[in-house]
Amino acid sequence: MPDISAGRLGEADYGKNFSDVHPPLSAHEAVVESDRCYFCFDAPCTNACPTSIDIPLFIRKIGTGNVVGAAETIFSSNILGGMCARVCPTETLCEEACVRNLAEEKPVRIGLLQRHATDHYLDRHAAYGVRAPATGRKVAVVGAGPAGLACAHELALKGHQVTIFEARGKAGGLNEFGIAAYKATDGFAQREVDFVLGVGGIAVEAGKALGRDFTLAGLKADYDAVFLGLGLQAVNALGVEGEEIAGVVDAVRWIEELRQSPDKSAIEVGARVVVIGGGMTAVDAAVQAKKLGADEVTIAYRRGSAEMGASRYEQELAQVNGVRILHWVAPRTVVSEGNAVAAVDFERTALDAAGRLTGTGRSVRLLADQVMKAIGQTFVSGPVEAGETVALEGGRIAVDADMRTSLAGVWAGGDCVRGGEDLTVQAVDHGKRAALSIHAALSA
Amino acid sequence: MADLRTNFLGIKSPNPFWLASAPPTDKKYNVERAFRAGWGGVVWKTLGEDPAVVNVNGPRYGAIHAGDRRLAGLNNIELITDRPLELNLREIAEVKKAWPDRALVVSLMVPCEEPNWNSIVARVEETGADGLELNFGCPHGMSERGMGSAVGQVPEYIEMVARWCKAATRMPVIVKLTPNITDIRYPARAARKGGADAVSLINTINSIVAVDLDSFAPVPTIDGKGSHGGYCGPAVKPIALNMVAEIARDPETWGMPISGIGGIETWRDAAEYIALGCGTVQVCTAVMTYGFKIVEEMIDGMKKYMDGHGFSTIEDFRGLAVRNLSDWKYLNLNYIAKARIDQDLCIKCGRCHIACEDTSHQAITHMVDGVRHFEVKDEECVGCNLCVNVCPVEGCITMQPMAPGSVDPRTGRVVPAQYANWTTHPNNPSAIAAE
Repeated sequence: MPDISAGRLGEADYGKNFSDVHPPLSAHEAVVESDRCYFCFDAPCTNACPTSIDIPLFIRKIGTGNVVGAAETIFSSNILGGMCARVCPTETLCEEACVRNLAEEKPVRIGLLQRHATDHYLDRHAAYGVRAPATGRKVAVVGAGPAGLACAHELALKGHQVTIFEARGKAGGLNEFGIAAYKATDGFAQREVDFVLGVGGIAVEAGKALGRDFTLAGLKADYDAVFLGLGLQAVNALGVEGEEIAGVVDAVRWIEELRQSPDKSAIEVGARVVVIGGGMTAVDAAVQAKKLGADEVTIAYRRGSAEMGASRYEQELAQVNGVRILHWVAPRTVVSEGNAVAAVDFERTALDAAGRLTGTGRSVRLLADQVMKAIGQTFVSGPVEAGETVALEGGRIAVDADMRTSLAGVWAGGDCVRGGEDLTVQAVDHGKRAALSIHAALSA
Repeated sequence: MADLRTNFLGIKSPNPFWLASAPPTDKKYNVERAFRAGWGGVVWKTLGEDPAVVNVNGPRYGAIHAGDRRLAGLNNIELITDRPLELNLREIAEVKKAWPDRALVVSLMVPCEEPNWNSIVARVEETGADGLELNFGCPHGMSERGMGSAVGQVPEYIEMVARWCKAATRMPVIVKLTPNITDIRYPARAARKGGADAVSLINTINSIVAVDLDSFAPVPTIDGKGSHGGYCGPAVKPIALNMVAEIARDPETWGMPISGIGGIETWRDAAEYIALGCGTVQVCTAVMTYGFKIVEEMIDGMKKYMDGHGFSTIEDFRGLAVRNLSDWKYLNLNYIAKARIDQDLCIKCGRCHIACEDTSHQAITHMVDGVRHFEVKDEECVGCNLCVNVCPVEGCITMQPMAPGSVDPRTGRVVPAQYANWTTHPNNPSAIAAE
């Protein structure tokens, strides 16, 4: 019998294991850290930020005791600066660009400084920004994830009336449903949603899905502009024998269930867990499985460390939490015993002379009570291909530099568009850029 | 191995590092801790007449901080010792007896009347102390009563009191100067005229260290009010070095022993004062910040420096920088330097660029062939050194002199080999015609 159960830990362990993975800086720590910023010219960190936050300026403001001003600098570029401070892979964005890396291989801790400023602001303010006089224009935003929220906020600031349609029961998107619990503790995602909506002029229609409850053509008729921030709805299949066996779960769904459960001890986890994939989702699933009390957790990835979607920092986080990462293995068969999973057979992989990934014929079996699939998500295009369609490219919505789709009056952004990097911060940038383009179009 | 022993006015000490007259030298307890830590001497905190002065019972200090709250400047409104004269004299005698190899100089401040000075000098003499330092420097509190810097700002008073003291004692007399004066050479000359054996400088600088923006009161604030204090610490060192240099190169005070004071924290600071002619240095703010232990670094660092340069005693390099002090008008206008950025050390912060671009000569690139790259444009660079000073990486940007005979791309002129200064420059209306 496979060993899958809930409540593997003592009650106190759950609180400890799912507390903040990066505790915030104290005011003293923040000032000390702010001193390390060189206030670079044409700052590389700002250039590396998809939302172009003026990082040296906000850090300088922290250093002078103007923490509210620091947060305003952040929010003026990125209204979800609070969540980005928690979930951005800063080690491959702003902090990788920090010149302190060249000086001493230790960047300014920009993410934590950003969190310090944004937390300070959210503790004192219900919203950011002052709306321009009402324009009388209405915009529909589909999807209340980071892209949709950022778009809605910017449009609201410009004086437009926004309605967000969200298929799920509440707003937040991946911030609410898709991120490891220890990265956004204490209900931060909902708190941030309230903060964004606090500016006014934004209505949220939850439980309304495109294609089910309304159509794109209908939105186009009822609104002056439409923004699609649909995200990705489906997960990739392994395409191997035994995938349907009990005990093989979809990591995205499992993470969501965990995130939404107020009682982490109610979440079932295997004693031996194999996570298949190499991205952030794989790490989030594996680390949380470990934190729920799994004995052995292995991330199995078909290529090497450098090719993993998870940053080096995330890989280290997994390893520090006792997760083993096995490289160069591809799943071939999920082995069952009775009606449940017992193991996964992998084939060792390698690059051939042409640099292509090939099987080596050598196999390796990992015993498993639970298997989590984390090999990527895909965009479900059905709803945008009914009636008036928007053009796709590479399976996602095609957009121009201003986030315009092929359909007049319809913009799109976030993970559902071509070229998306599946990052919160990029979704925010898309939403903001689309909003500015929509505003320009509505003002013309 | 370098020998740090010094003989200043006949006062011997195992090293040139003395503690200045200040809170760290107010009593036996502190002074003995300092001697145990390795300090070569102390100037006992200024004695006055009984009844003793009183101090405020609120904050006495205020500070300015550099990055990471490193204390850069300290301001104080403390007065001279507030302990009974008798107690101080007894402890001075005890300490001198217990530590005969250390320098023990006593700082004094009494009203400007000869009997007052004669009286206190005689009493100090009985303690066996090595010397006197006349406190003509304190800029706050005591100056309102006609003492401290109120004396130091009037050369005639300095001369007068120095003469009284020299006549009254066998001990060497050091006059401690206030920097709160337009030309430091005048009080120094007066000290020499009065027969003083040496000067020590600087005392603290008049200062308001900060204004509280909620109460709108100066810092430190005593029940809602504040008065100016005396400023010291690393921030004052450049001011002090200049004043020391002025005295060191003034023909009227040439050769007069100097004890250097002002912002000394490390062996390097001390060595700079010695290079400008000081025979000893005095430290206060640094020990008030870090404790007495810093002298270990000073002793070791100074020895290493001296060994590295082949100096066996302090005298071997004392004053070596004095000959290089010059008036601006004699600086060589034919010396041409250009900034050079070491690309291997450059971390690409761009501070050199923006400083030059916004505030100087537009002589540093920020982009070359579409790549972030900082490089000096020789045709624009005037060699001002600002980029060197704003660069966060020491040694990354250096000033390279141009060889005589080469062409300065900025002016298109050949760099002359011969020295030429402003006094003969054609743009100088009072230039002396070059023959």
